[in-house]
Amino acid sequence: MANAITIENVSKVYQRDKMSVPVLNDVSLEIQEGQFIALMGPSGSGKTTLLNLIAGIDRPTKGRILVGGTDISTLSETALAKWRSSQVGFIFQFYNLIPVLTAFENVELPLTLTSLTKDERKRQVELALQVVGLSDRMHHYPKQLSGGQEQRVAIARAIASDPSIIVADEPTGDLDKKSADEIMTLLTRLNKEFQKTIVMVTHDPSAAERATITRHLEKGDLLS
Amino acid sequence: MKIFKIIFKNAFRHKLRVFLTIIGISIAVMAFGLLRTVVTAWNAGVDASSANRLITRQAVSFVFPLPYADREQIAKIPGVDVVTPFIWFGGVYIEKKNFFARMACDPETVFDSYPEYLVEKENKEIFKKERNSCIIGEALAKQFKLKIGDVMNIDGDIFPGRWQFTIRGIYKPRDKTVDATQMLFDWKYVDERMKQDSPERSGLVGWYVVNIKDAAKSAEISERIDTIFKNSRAETKTETERAFQQGFVASSGAIITAMNVMAFVIIGIIMLVLGNTMIMSARERTREYAVLKTLGFQGGHLIAFIAGESLIISFMGGLLGLGILFPFVAAFEAFMPKGFFPVFNIAPSTVIIAASSALAVGFAASIFPIQRALKTSIVDGLRHIG
Repeated sequence: MANAITIENVSKVYQRDKMSVPVLNDVSLEIQEGQFIALMGPSGSGKTTLLNLIAGIDRPTKGRILVGGTDISTLSETALAKWRSSQVGFIFQFYNLIPVLTAFENVELPLTLTSLTKDERKRQVELALQVVGLSDRMHHYPKQLSGGQEQRVAIARAIASDPSIIVADEPTGDLDKKSADEIMTLLTRLNKEFQKTIVMVTHDPSAAERATITRHLEKGDLLS
Repeated sequence: MKIFKIIFKNAFRHKLRVFLTIIGISIAVMAFGLLRTVVTAWNAGVDASSANRLITRQAVSFVFPLPYADREQIAKIPGVDVVTPFIWFGGVYIEKKNFFARMACDPETVFDSYPEYLVEKENKEIFKKERNSCIIGEALAKQFKLKIGDVMNIDGDIFPGRWQFTIRGIYKPRDKTVDATQMLFDWKYVDERMKQDSPERSGLVGWYVVNIKDAAKSAEISERIDTIFKNSRAETKTETERAFQQGFVASSGAIITAMNVMAFVIIGIIMLVLGNTMIMSARERTREYAVLKTLGFQGGHLIAFIAGESLIISFMGGLLGLGILFPFVAAFEAFMPKGFFPVFNIAPSTVIIAASSALAVGFAASIFPIQRALKTSIVDGLRHIG
């Protein structure tokens, strides 16, 4: 199976005032298409930073990251923004839905950047909401939904543009156990049924169990 | 879903805050409009003055009269078209608070000198023939519900006694800048009575309005008039009507300047009100902007979101402000002593400046939040709490 993501000798150092803070040290990792990888580790181990680099919302200080054959560390800001909108679906711990938009509108949001017609967008949004089981809630605002439902809307938003990769940062971190299980079942389904490559950061061992592979980070180093 | 829909929804996210901001902007726009209207009204005489009219008055002071005999000499100067005398009559109509200009003039020439006062031909003819007739402005007639044929009794102060005038015409102003609150009557009627009551005050006028054929020669003709009367008992000072009016306005110059400054300070206040709202909104949405950037939205989109939101608020505030400006100006005019501002209209330029200032301020208020949203990295934005 081909590599979906190749991380080659990536280091990341943050500048905080005059201090250099190393977060990732010479990390190399290969993630194959259709894999569901869980990144685990204590706080400050660099897992979210690694996820951000894979998703193209941050840039490595050293090394390169190839996603689907594209070296994203060399792309301009504009090209990277376009690449993100078409190739990556994002799921955040706190859902990050826009509160003034309905579930339908939130899912439609990334599609407004595409050349799809209104009808095509509508079909895709309805399909995404159907996959996450929220067809009956599409005209509800986030405040009218439970945490689990909000996260499902966020997942629908992540898959609406049919990206090849889904990145999830602590997707169950703000949910009760039942809702967390539902979300993990959904992610597993996306991986198995829709062959999405998923990279997930989590503290939760039961969430990590759903992944096909788990890697640990500690103090910026990738372990086993 | 269009970008505009998101902007509109964002603009009204905090309804109370936006409502208060819109109210704040509208009050500021209304105050700006009112101050500008007062300044415009103050300058109305200057704005309405004609380039080819000169005013000849006593050199020492406007309050001293000139001999009626000077008229003929002025009329002989080459380039002079019409010379018409005026007297500030003063007096009281019904009550002291009923202030409006009451002036004695020459019925034969006054409307040649002031073509902006539009009077029916037959009314003018009666005015010329009937000694105690008068012609009043349309606004004055409306204010006191007067019509042709009515009698106006004036209790004289500068010219003592009771004076009776029959209205024989009502003039219409040519445009909104023309004073339609004046009362004009025959100088001879006043002079004849002066001959009987105070002979030493007969044969005198307050000032002359001198119409010239070529406005470019105003300086030259003014000098010639004043030269003629040099070393006479009543030396003259001749200047353009604009300079004459500006002389009146100059005495209140500091107040007008202060009002002008205040008007523009108000624009600054609008900017602070709106700027504060936009900065708060943008700060609260730092994480949302980061999410939008994560989803692929770019700088141009964020500029559209933030500037659009600011412009919607400023537009609505400006619109509401202009909406309440008109009734407020009308109420202010009603509250002022009658005739205090003969011309009190909201100038189109005031509306344009107020509206464009509100929009410009809307855009300016969004600059700092835009800069902040663009500068904040996605990673920092997603970490933002608040």
